[in-house]
Amino acid sequence: MDGPHLSGAGMVSVATDLRSVVATVVDPEIPVLTIDDLGILRSVEMDGDRAVVTITPTYSGCPAMRQIEDDIASALVRAGVDDFDIRMTHHPAWSTDWISEEGRGKLAAFGIAPPSPEPEILCPRCEADHPRMVARFGATACKALMVCGSCGEPFDYFKRF
Amino acid sequence: MSDRIISRPPQGTPAVELDPVLRLLVSHGDDNMVIAHRLGEWISNAPELEIDIAIGNIALDHLGVARALYTHAGDVEGRGRTEDDFAMRRTEREFLNLLMVEQPNGDFAHTIVRQFFFDVYQRLLWADLSRSGDETLAGIAAKAAKESAYHHEFSSGWLVRLGDGTEESHRRTQDAVSSLWRFTAELSEPYSAAWRQTVDAFFEEANLTAPADPYQRTGGRDGYHTEHLGLLLAEMQWMDRTYPGLEW
Repeated sequence: MDGPHLSGAGMVSVATDLRSVVATVVDPEIPVLTIDDLGILRSVEMDGDRAVVTITPTYSGCPAMRQIEDDIASALVRAGVDDFDIRMTHHPAWSTDWISEEGRGKLAAFGIAPPSPEPEILCPRCEADHPRMVARFGATACKALMVCGSCGEPFDYFKRF
Repeated sequence: MSDRIISRPPQGTPAVELDPVLRLLVSHGDDNMVIAHRLGEWISNAPELEIDIAIGNIALDHLGVARALYTHAGDVEGRGRTEDDFAMRRTEREFLNLLMVEQPNGDFAHTIVRQFFFDVYQRLLWADLSRSGDETLAGIAAKAAKESAYHHEFSSGWLVRLGDGTEESHRRTQDAVSSLWRFTAELSEPYSAAWRQTVDAFFEEANLTAPADPYQRTGGRDGYHTEHLGLLLAEMQWMDRTYPGLEW
């Protein structure tokens, strides 16, 4: 976003500074991704003197949300901000399309295949396509367990959602 | 459907009074809360590790939907009720969930059939509610629609595998269908025709038969439950009721 803009009831979006502080918070279950890479950081705005951070859950039951709220609070306090409010929004619904290109690259480098149409899922180790799905529900709600047909490596796949 | 014999709830105790918007949010919040609790009972007991993890994940999705709907209901009501007030501090008569979701797990086939019936219903429901004029509800529904598609893939996959499997797996699955069928009229409302069409298509693939017995039991949406809900709530709520306001 370029500079402040009005959004909603008199809130002014604070550009880079505060947002970049919050954007460093990582997903506790996939620590190579920041909440900004994941697309769950919706906005950082000022309401008077109060910083208002709005986030959205990935999956409805994502157990990491409370940890993420706590990590945001901690990042804000460390940056000297003590008047803040962390809000959760459900609209619009998060989609894996919101994961940034950078985030997709980080996922693959971490060994998790990023979301893709199924035949195009690539093994993060040898990049062969057409892996076999072993379990639709993997170690977390957002991942499935795959096995590469070429190198035989089992790997996590971030489900398209 | 005129050929159904429907058992109506007893008259006498008045149903819980809620305005229609709140009733909608609480009903679906309760469905998701109760099924999440039931599925949670499988954790560490499922037939395989992958199934255990899948059921745990599905339970978590339902719990998340329940929390979002309860929180939204509290906001809409504007009397300061929280998600915990809805989940932990209401009695059996105030729960408006479907009778289907409170039914005990039984064996694995029983749980799969219950989940399959519920998933087919929820896919129709979320598609509908994602067009709601209430944008928070629409957002919750849009996300839940994607989750239900995964749940349905799991439950329908197992339904076919078990129904069209060994003699024993077929028998157990057909028994579950026969036993749970009486709760399907209430469950499929108001999407009965579409619900039945999907169920029939999977039944054909799974070599299962819908019972001809027309008996149907209803009442959950008015707070009249089978005996199982009270026991479930006793377990779910005892901690909060024993130590009011407990936090950890």
